[in-house]
Formats: sequence, C-alpha cells, structure tokens
Amino acid sequence: MRITQGTFSFLPDLTDAEIRAQIDYALGLGWAIGIEYTDDPHPRNCYWEMWGNPLFDLRSGTGAMTEVLACRKAHPQVYIRVNAFDATRGFETTRLSFIVNRPAAEPGFLLKRHEMDGRRIQYTLESYAAQAPEGRRYE
Amino acid sequence: MSMAAAETSDSAGCAAGDSVDLSKLLADSQVKAVLDELDELIGLEPIKTRIRDIAALLLVERARKHLGLAGGSPSLHMCFTGNPGTGKTTVALRMAQILHRLGYVRKGHLIAVTRDDLVGQYIGHTAPKTKEVLKKAMGGVLFIDEAYYLYRPENERDYGQEAIEILLQVMENQRDDLVVILAGYGDRMEAFFRSNPGLSSRIAHHLDFPDYRPQELEEIAQRMLHAMQYRLSPAAAAALRDYIPLRMRQPHFANARSIRNALDRARLRQANRLFAQQETLLTRDELMTIEGEDLRASRVFA
Repeated sequence: MRITQGTFSFLPDLTDAEIRAQIDYALGLGWAIGIEYTDDPHPRNCYWEMWGNPLFDLRSGTGAMTEVLACRKAHPQVYIRVNAFDATRGFETTRLSFIVNRPAAEPGFLLKRHEMDGRRIQYTLESYAAQAPEGRRYE
Repeated sequence: MSMAAAETSDSAGCAAGDSVDLSKLLADSQVKAVLDELDELIGLEPIKTRIRDIAALLLVERARKHLGLAGGSPSLHMCFTGNPGTGKTTVALRMAQILHRLGYVRKGHLIAVTRDDLVGQYIGHTAPKTKEVLKKAMGGVLFIDEAYYLYRPENERDYGQEAIEILLQVMENQRDDLVVILAGYGDRMEAFFRSNPGLSSRIAHHLDFPDYRPQELEEIAQRMLHAMQYRLSPAAAAALRDYIPLRMRQPHFANARSIRNALDRARLRQANRLFAQQETLLTRDELMTIEGEDLRASRVFA
C-alpha cells in the first residue's frame, strides 16, 4: 500500500528535476531545507531521523540536492522526506514537507481490533514492515 | 540536471535550424550591462580583457549548445593575485553577476570566506565546516581571500590540507554550479601553488591585478568623493596630486584602500575645521568641499 504523507503524495513520485524545483521554490521563499528518513511508516510517527543538520542559508538547491542524493544512496530502501522550515515569526514551523524516496515494496498496514468492555472496539494500525526490527524492515 | 533540461527547451524554442544570432543572445543575457559597469572601474586593463574573453567564451558556448554542439562546460575556477587594494573583491563580485547572467551559475551570489570559515579546530571538524560553506556557495561564487593561509607547511598536522582536499573534490565534480576564486598576494600565492600543484592545475584562469598608476589613483579618489558627495577645491586637488606619489613610497601602501583611508582622514579634518570656525551657519558648498589644508595636514607631507 502506497504511503500518502505530506505534499504531493497522491501524485506519481517526483523526478529529481521536480524535487530540485520544489527545493528551489522553498529556498526562494527563504525557508530552510531539512532532510529526514525513517523505516517506520506509521502515520503517527512524526519524528524521523535527521540526515545531517538542517541546511540554513542556502541560496541554490544544488547543495540540498547533493544531500538528498547522498541520503538516498545511503538508505535506498527507506522513506526520505524533504522538509522546508519557515523561521518567520508567527509561522516558525514546517511549511512544506514531501516524500522523495520510498521503499520498492510497501506492505501496508494491519487493522487490529481490540474487544473492550461492553462490545466496544478499539482500532489500531500496525505496519507489516515494522514487525521486523529496525534497519531490517525493507530488505 | 535541470539546467540541461532548460537548455534543451531553449534550443527547441530557437526556430532557426542552423544558425544562432550572437548579438541577440548577448542582448538576452543582459551581460552587456555588467561589462559596461566593469568598464567603469578604473585601470585593470588586463583583467577587463580577460573577463571579456571569458564572457565571449560562455556566450559562444551557449550558441553552440543551441545548435546541439557539445563542448562540455569550461572550467572557470580562478585565481586573483595582486597587491592589497587592487580591486580583487570588487571584480569577484562583478564576476559572480556576469557568470549568473550567462547562465553558468544559477544564483550569482558571492560568498567571501577566509581560512577561519573553512578550517575546523579539532579532528573531524574541518570536513563538515568546509562542506557547509561549499553548499552555501553553490549556485554562485566562492571567494577565498588569502587562500595561502589554508596551507601551513610548518605544521604537518594542520587541518588546512583537509579543507584543500575537499575543495579540490568539489571543484572537480560540480563544474557547472560553483566557481571558486582564490585570492591573495602574488608571491605567497605562488608558494601556495608550488606546494599544492593539484590546485594550480585545476584553476583555469590566473589573473594578476596590476598596481594602479598615480593618475589612476587620482581618478579613483575623485570617483570615491563623488560617491560620498564631497568635492575637492582646486587647492585640494593639487594637494592630492602631490599626496599620491608620496603615499606610494610609504610602507604598507595598499593602493585604492590607502586612498580611501586618506580621504576618510581628510573628511575628519574637514569636519574639525568647520567645527573650529565657530560659524553656526554653514552653506551646502562648505559642507561638501574639502580644502587643500585638510589634505596638506597629512603626515606624509611632514
């Protein structure tokens, strides 16, 4: 099942040129780029691993693009996303976030039903991939 | 890669099958305005010629790309040598604009750094530091002032060598989106290149900035004063003419920079003189004019 998180996730995967264009757009607005990766696709998992430091003060997307490619080379089979952080007072938050790499096979989620008291049911999502230990989930 | 894509779409837009209008290309790139601005700089003839050559090369390269002739983008890393105050930084700034207008770099900003910005303080600190600076400079020009400080032969464990190696690597790989300009005094630069031959061979353009002649320095002084909205009285102009050759013989003469400092001191004296006059009503003319005595009070006349 294809994970749809962040901007553009219902579109076909972005090409490198399109990623670059998005990064340039974000830099043009003065946002800082951060690259993050994870192998836990759960939608509530919002704290991904950081790939290096956030890239402040970039003028052109070339530097950020090198980092994206380097991260993809080091972790070809995990989710990688690019975040664009807006430091403007009042925002001070991520304004744009999109996935730039995903594993070849995404096994999807198991919907777990827990019987609670009085026939009440509690639902939980569990990723099939996350059943394997960290680092061996998409081998 | 997106640059290559832009180029192909460009050539698709170029209807003529077998010819390119060079003058139209020149007009489109707006590089002429920057070249004209460059002409406003006084002196520096060999530098201007070389920059014109580079601009022509890039323009022709562009025309060739329109017709699908692959030449590979030329290497444009440069080395500026010259005495202090000969305009190295100023020219580097213009260079960034020219390269941007000709589409060689994407943004055309100038990041000026020295050894401190590149070299770290402990093991493992240098590489990330240098890489970060390089990332910031991508799409523009990285100007490394006094580059010879990167290499300290007296200390074989110096981290400067590491910074040089990373620089070399990037200068090789990112040929199309980063231009590195090394700058420094001529003799020390030469020694630096002798001990780092790899660096020298990767730099295509070695530009030597000549010292200014007295006549040129005088023009520069006039230009600076004009920019600061001052003017010289006839006596002051004569004083300046006497001052320049005297100052040139002094130690630590730094060409245009020394002239700027001299003018700043003259402004100081002018302010003092006006203040001492005890006349509360000053005309616009008085406020703008630097008199002969303001310059003559300099210690070089002593």
